[in-house]
Amino acid sequence: MAVKTCGSIARMSSDHHHHHHHHDSGSHDEPRLCDTELRVRALESLLVEKGLVDPAALDAIIENYETRVGPRNGARVVAKAWTDPQYRQRLLEDATSAIAELGFQGRQGEHTQVVVNDERVHNLVVCTLCSCYPWPTLGLPPTWYKSAPYRARAVSDPRGVLKEFGLRIPDEVEIRVWDSTAEMRYLVLPRRPAGTEDLDEEALAALVTRDAMIGVGIVESPNPPEAARRGQGDGR
Amino acid sequence: MASAIADLESLPAIPRDDDGPLFQAPWEAQAFAMVVALHERGVFTWQRWADALAREIASADGSSKPKGYYEHWLAALEGLLAEVELISFEQREARRSQWEAAAIASPHGEPIRLLDDLKKR
Repeated sequence: MAVKTCGSIARMSSDHHHHHHHHDSGSHDEPRLCDTELRVRALESLLVEKGLVDPAALDAIIENYETRVGPRNGARVVAKAWTDPQYRQRLLEDATSAIAELGFQGRQGEHTQVVVNDERVHNLVVCTLCSCYPWPTLGLPPTWYKSAPYRARAVSDPRGVLKEFGLRIPDEVEIRVWDSTAEMRYLVLPRRPAGTEDLDEEALAALVTRDAMIGVGIVESPNPPEAARRGQGDGR
Repeated sequence: MASAIADLESLPAIPRDDDGPLFQAPWEAQAFAMVVALHERGVFTWQRWADALAREIASADGSSKPKGYYEHWLAALEGLLAEVELISFEQREARRSQWEAAAIASPHGEPIRLLDDLKKR
């Protein structure tokens, strides 16, 4: 088999990358992992078997960095879209370029599409195949994003998944699930919370969480009721 | 566990900002984390790792196709694990092929799994 590089791998045909309801389970002959990814998986699984590396420890090391690396970039994009209608327009028309305006660019030429939450639609992003993720705006994906249960259930039971994240989406709101590919990454533009009319871009950006930009959270008002704050803070 | 934070300063030109290393893809972070974990475990000293990485980068300098930093990183890790006789070239290749087969066999929309590896991921 030809060796694929990570940048050019095509794992599914681009015409159905966002049709979450119609996953072919038939054959598709494009390799789903590039050569480099295969080598990394090979090493890791061998080291785990030999007891030299604990997957949880690896995740902890990665988590240590990922929480810090990227999400702030995406938050700036969101805050600017909330405050600058022209920027919002550009962002919706060509997110890759609009995001690059702020200086955030991927190395591998993948495209980003921004999907907008409103009173009728809630968007959720997943990568069912591996862990494609909009690096330039969100940094490294959190561990749960890469987990098999999230990847499978985000498609089959999105409302159930969101409930586990503490998010109850009313039945009349449609949930759209976007399946990322190597070529197309999605960024959710969350709804601007009430009570933020007086905030400037920087203060708004501070409210925007990574989870809201993946679609497993929403952006909370700066002064949530006591109960909501307690629910958020305790972890699980 | 000792917070034996890897001495990033001693590495040749690691991509980073003021706060730490930067990654372009999950596999890069994965490769990075493996080295940090193996070092914490005492499999090799940080100096030995830095030397292996520097050697790898230097040896690739003349090649026609420039590689990314973490491609060197991965190649250096593969080389060093063979050198300390933990994982041979053959073991690596065999396992790589298994992953490749698993990737092809996994139905679209389902995570790629390698036989017994499921419980760990």
